[in-house]
Amino acid sequence: MRKLLILLSFIGLGLTIVPSVLVLTGDINMDQNKKLMMIGTILWFGTVVFWMNKSKKIVQ
Amino acid sequence: MKKNKLVAKLDAIEEFERTPVPDNKLKGLKSFIGMYAGEHTAGTEFVIGPLFVAHGASAGAIVIGLFLGNLLAVMSWGFLTAPIATKKRITLYYQLEKICGYKLVSIYNLVNGLMFCFLAGSMIAVSATAVGIPFDITMPTLEDWLPTSIGWIITVLLVGVVITIVAILGYDQVSRFANLAAPWMILIFLAAAFAVMPELGIHSFSDVWDVANTKIWTGIPLEGQSKFTIWHTTFFAWFANMAMHIGMADLSIFRYARKWQYGFSSATGMYLGHYLAWMASGILYAYFLTKFGSGGEFAPGKIAYEAAGLAGAICVVIAGWTTANPTIYRAGLAFQSINPNWKRWKVTLVTGLFTSVAAFFPALVMKLLDFVALYGFVLMPMGAVIFIDFYLMEKMGLQSFYAEKANVRFNWAAGIAWFFTLFMGLIFFLFFDVEVYFLGLPGWFIASAFYILISFMIQKRKIAIA
Repeated sequence: MRKLLILLSFIGLGLTIVPSVLVLTGDINMDQNKKLMMIGTILWFGTVVFWMNKSKKIVQ
Repeated sequence: MKKNKLVAKLDAIEEFERTPVPDNKLKGLKSFIGMYAGEHTAGTEFVIGPLFVAHGASAGAIVIGLFLGNLLAVMSWGFLTAPIATKKRITLYYQLEKICGYKLVSIYNLVNGLMFCFLAGSMIAVSATAVGIPFDITMPTLEDWLPTSIGWIITVLLVGVVITIVAILGYDQVSRFANLAAPWMILIFLAAAFAVMPELGIHSFSDVWDVANTKIWTGIPLEGQSKFTIWHTTFFAWFANMAMHIGMADLSIFRYARKWQYGFSSATGMYLGHYLAWMASGILYAYFLTKFGSGGEFAPGKIAYEAAGLAGAICVVIAGWTTANPTIYRAGLAFQSINPNWKRWKVTLVTGLFTSVAAFFPALVMKLLDFVALYGFVLMPMGAVIFIDFYLMEKMGLQSFYAEKANVRFNWAAGIAWFFTLFMGLIFFLFFDVEVYFLGLPGWFIASAFYILISFMIQKRKIAIA
C-alpha cells in the first residue's frame, strides 16, 4: 500500500512538471498544461500525507 | 471546561526556550534539508524574482550574481551559525541575554519581533493576492503603498487570522506541511516558467540566452525603479537572510542539529529557492508584462495564476503561508523572551493580529527588497557580537557571557557596538549614497571592532576597580 502511495505521489509530481515541458516542445497547449498541473497537485497532496515525514519537528 | 483543557495544553508546549536542547531531541540532516528547502522556496520568492526584473537586472547579473551570493550565504550558515549553535544548543535570545543582559536583549527582541512581523505581513499580503482572485479584488500596483480597497483589507485579514490560529496551535503541523509541500512547490515554479517560455519566444535551447537578455532580464528598469547591477544581485542574495546566518537568528534552528556541518543544508533553500525560484518567478513576471504591460497590478497570485492556472495560485497561497507561519512564530518567541512569564500562545495571538494589520499596506510587498536588506542590516550587529563573544573574548583575556557572569542588565559594549553600527550605516546611506544592500559587510567589521574595544574598556576597568 505504501509503495502504491509513493508511486501515485511521484506520478503527481510528474504531472506537475512534465506537461510544461510538452508546452515548451509544442505538443500541448497552456490550458491543457494548467489542468494537468492541477491534477498533479491533487494527486501529490492526496497521497503524500500518508507516507512522507511522519514526524519531523524543528522548533525555532 | 473545554477552554481550560485547551489553555492547559497550550501552556504545556515545551520548546526549550531557556534550556539547552537535550540529546534525545536532536534532529537528523533530512529535517534541515526539508525545512530549508520549504522555507526558502516561499512566498517572498514570488516577489523578489519579479522585482529583479522591475529593477532592470541583466541576465548575467542574475545567473552569476545570484550564484555567488547564494554560495556566500551557505558558507555563512555553515561556518558562522551552525558551529556556535551546536556547541551551545540554546536559542538566539537566551544566548544574547547571557552576553548583553536582560535590558539590552529586550530592546533587541522588540526590534527583532517587529521586523519579523513586517516580513510575515508581506507574506500574508502575497497569499492574499492569490486568495483574492476569485473575488476579483483590485490588486495593488508597484506604486501603491496604502491599502487599495476594502476587499483587499478583508482578504488580508482573513488570511492573517487563519495563519495566526495555525501558529498558535503549534509548530509541528506547519513544519510537517512545509516539508510535504516543498518538492511540489519548486516544481510549480519551474513548470510555470517552462510553460510561458514559448510565449516569450523560446522554442529551443539556443533561444534561451538571447530571450533572457532581450525580454526577461533586459537590463532596463521599469519606470520609477532603481537600476540593479551584478553587485546588487550578489550582495542581495548573500544578505537576504543576513539576520538568519551572520545575524545568528538560526542558532535557534541549528541548536537541534546533531552536527555543525548540517549548516550547509541551507544550500537546498538557497539554490532551489533563491536561485531557481527567483529566476522562474522573474520569467513569469516578464510573461505577465508582455501580456498586460508594465503599468498594471503587481500581484504574485495573479502572475502565477496566469502562468500555471489554479495550481499556481494555490502555490502562492501555500508559499506565503509556510513563510508567514514560522515568521509569526519566531516573532512571538522574540516578544515572549522580553517577559518569559507571558504565555507563548497569547503573545503569538497578539503578534499575528498586529502582523495582519501591517499586511494591509502593499508597501511591504513593493519595497520588499529594501526591507529585506534593512532587516538583515539592523539585526546583524548582534550576530557579530555573538561571533566575537564565542571565538575571541576568552582568547583576548576577556569574559564571554559577560552580562551573566558580571550580573549586569545592560552590556554597554554590545549596546554601543549595535547602535554605533546602525548610526554609521545611516551616515553611509545619507551622506555617501551607499545603498542598503551593501551596508552589511562594513557593518559587521564595525560592530565587531566596537564590541572588542568597548569590552576592553569596560571589563578592564572593572578588574582595576576590583
